[in-house]
Amino acid sequence: MSAAIGSAIRRDAAPAVLTVRGLNVTVRRTPLVQGVDLTVGPGERVGLIGESGSGKTMTALSIMGLLPEDVTATGSVRLSGVDHDLVGADERALSRVRGRDVAMVFQEPMTALNPTMRVGAQVAEAMLIHHTKPDRRHARTAAEALLDQVGLLNHAQAARAYPHQLSGGQRQRVVVALALANDPALLVCDEPTTALDVTVQALVLDLIVRGVTARNSAMLFITHDLAVVATVCERVLVMYGGRVVESGRVDEVFTRPRHRYTQGLIGASDLEVVDARGRLATIPGSVPAAGSFPAGCVFRNRCIYATELCATSPDWVGPNESDGFACHHPAGVPHV
Amino acid sequence: MSETPAAISVRDVTRDYRRSRTSLFRPGTSVHALRGVSFDVRPGERFGIVGESGCGKSTLLRILAGLDQPTSGSVVVDGTEISRLAERRLRFLRERLQMIFQDPMSSLDPRMRVRDIIAEPLVAQGVGGRQGRVTELLGAVGLQPDAGGRFPHQFSGGQRQRISIARALAPRPGILVADEPVSALDVSVRAQVLNLITDLVQDLSLTLIFVSHDLSVVRHVCDRVAVMHQGQIVETGPTREVYGNPRHPYTRELVSAVPSLRRALAGASAEDLAAATAGTTQAGPTQAGPTSGENR
Repeated sequence: MSAAIGSAIRRDAAPAVLTVRGLNVTVRRTPLVQGVDLTVGPGERVGLIGESGSGKTMTALSIMGLLPEDVTATGSVRLSGVDHDLVGADERALSRVRGRDVAMVFQEPMTALNPTMRVGAQVAEAMLIHHTKPDRRHARTAAEALLDQVGLLNHAQAARAYPHQLSGGQRQRVVVALALANDPALLVCDEPTTALDVTVQALVLDLIVRGVTARNSAMLFITHDLAVVATVCERVLVMYGGRVVESGRVDEVFTRPRHRYTQGLIGASDLEVVDARGRLATIPGSVPAAGSFPAGCVFRNRCIYATELCATSPDWVGPNESDGFACHHPAGVPHV
Repeated sequence: MSETPAAISVRDVTRDYRRSRTSLFRPGTSVHALRGVSFDVRPGERFGIVGESGCGKSTLLRILAGLDQPTSGSVVVDGTEISRLAERRLRFLRERLQMIFQDPMSSLDPRMRVRDIIAEPLVAQGVGGRQGRVTELLGAVGLQPDAGGRFPHQFSGGQRQRISIARALAPRPGILVADEPVSALDVSVRAQVLNLITDLVQDLSLTLIFVSHDLSVVRHVCDRVAVMHQGQIVETGPTREVYGNPRHPYTRELVSAVPSLRRALAGASAEDLAAATAGTTQAGPTQAGPTSGENR
């Protein structure tokens, strides 16, 4: 409890970098994200975890204003230093924000880079577009310095390479350099290391954490890998069925999960604990398709603790949106 | 070790791929995808192969399954040398050894009904009584009997992987080769599919070859593990020993680079993970790696 109060005090002291309130995302009447509230403080590293179809990528794309054409968002996404709401903002306003105040690292570095441009020129372009460097020459020098920072050996030579000449890990380093080029207040990472080998993943994660720490940037880190979130982030939000079902400090959520989904997820990803027959803990069933989640608690059709009460939407239990859960039958203390 | 004959015995296998030539006057350079790979898998053993992309594990699997031929060396499956056999003489292998692939969407024909997909290996071998066998298999992998009438796209990723497992088991193979079978699955479904594989291997006393880049999965599934790096097996041994006390520097690096919830909660940071991998993984534009023949 005292830890929760401590983090609340720290958040009140400085204005949040990212404030999302009541975010809903729908595609042709099918809800993908419902009522997501989330706050990221300055320099804070927040993880967003969930399985595919839980709405985490849609949440990230709404923050970036990059939703596909037939997908609409309502609610509010505010970024510190930007005087308008990002939801519903026009493309001109958004493109001034994107890459300067908020930048994104995508899962697949090959599709995030322009295959016809040398990588150095792409990094320089990010700075020229936002006029953070006065001219081409300064931008070019800065780009090489960035490539050096992200650990590309022979950065001058690497700057002249095209994306296809680099390995997957090297490409992702370039994307990280590109995202950090304008010292964004917020870095959004969507599964940045899922396509990489484990040894390369370790290096890229280290690079991202060092990059945001050096710039005092905040980070929203999306992944399905609980171990990666625990390694990289301080706080975590668990999404399922388009809703945030639990949030809190990483050590709290992962050692004392309250929501039954979080509990199941932690159990299922632990490959070191098996029963007498050598079987792993599982969550029954599979993630339903978008739009076919049950009413009330979205997890109730896979939850072994579900009762009739779960047909009504559980209220959020906790001091604020950064610390709490929404479950009628939480794990741990039975009387809440 | 030598009492029971090995289910699979691989001796000094190499596989070179020739790159297309870049000069009129010189032949293309060759890529050594496998360089002197040797190992034995005992019947009923659960044998893991771990390595990162480009290490040669896919090439090795293709050779084991008789889909590719080694440049040199020998591969003996159930006492028969398969590396020089003509395709039509590999029929026994198609019965004995079956594969499960990583991506259940691209390995299932989208235009076939599930019952036809599962029965296809039986059709190929001219086995009768297919309908009963299909129903039996659907039950064995935990699918409803009416699933047979549907198409692959009507199933989730985990269910599709159950379909590929059912297809692999159809001809009653003795050896099951799984190539990254759970890498494309969500965490909650991954545990279900791993349990299914564990159960089936036990109940049908199969020999399992399990290939993955994920060390924690291999540790859970396998009795013995081989670590591959740049076309060679750098370390092999009982899983617990290799993980608990890795001897080769590459294995050590691999083991310590895997993020784990326990270690993270105990305070391990990304920096700690990265610090362990400084040795063999380098970042420079000139590094090409022996990947060309791989993962196409």
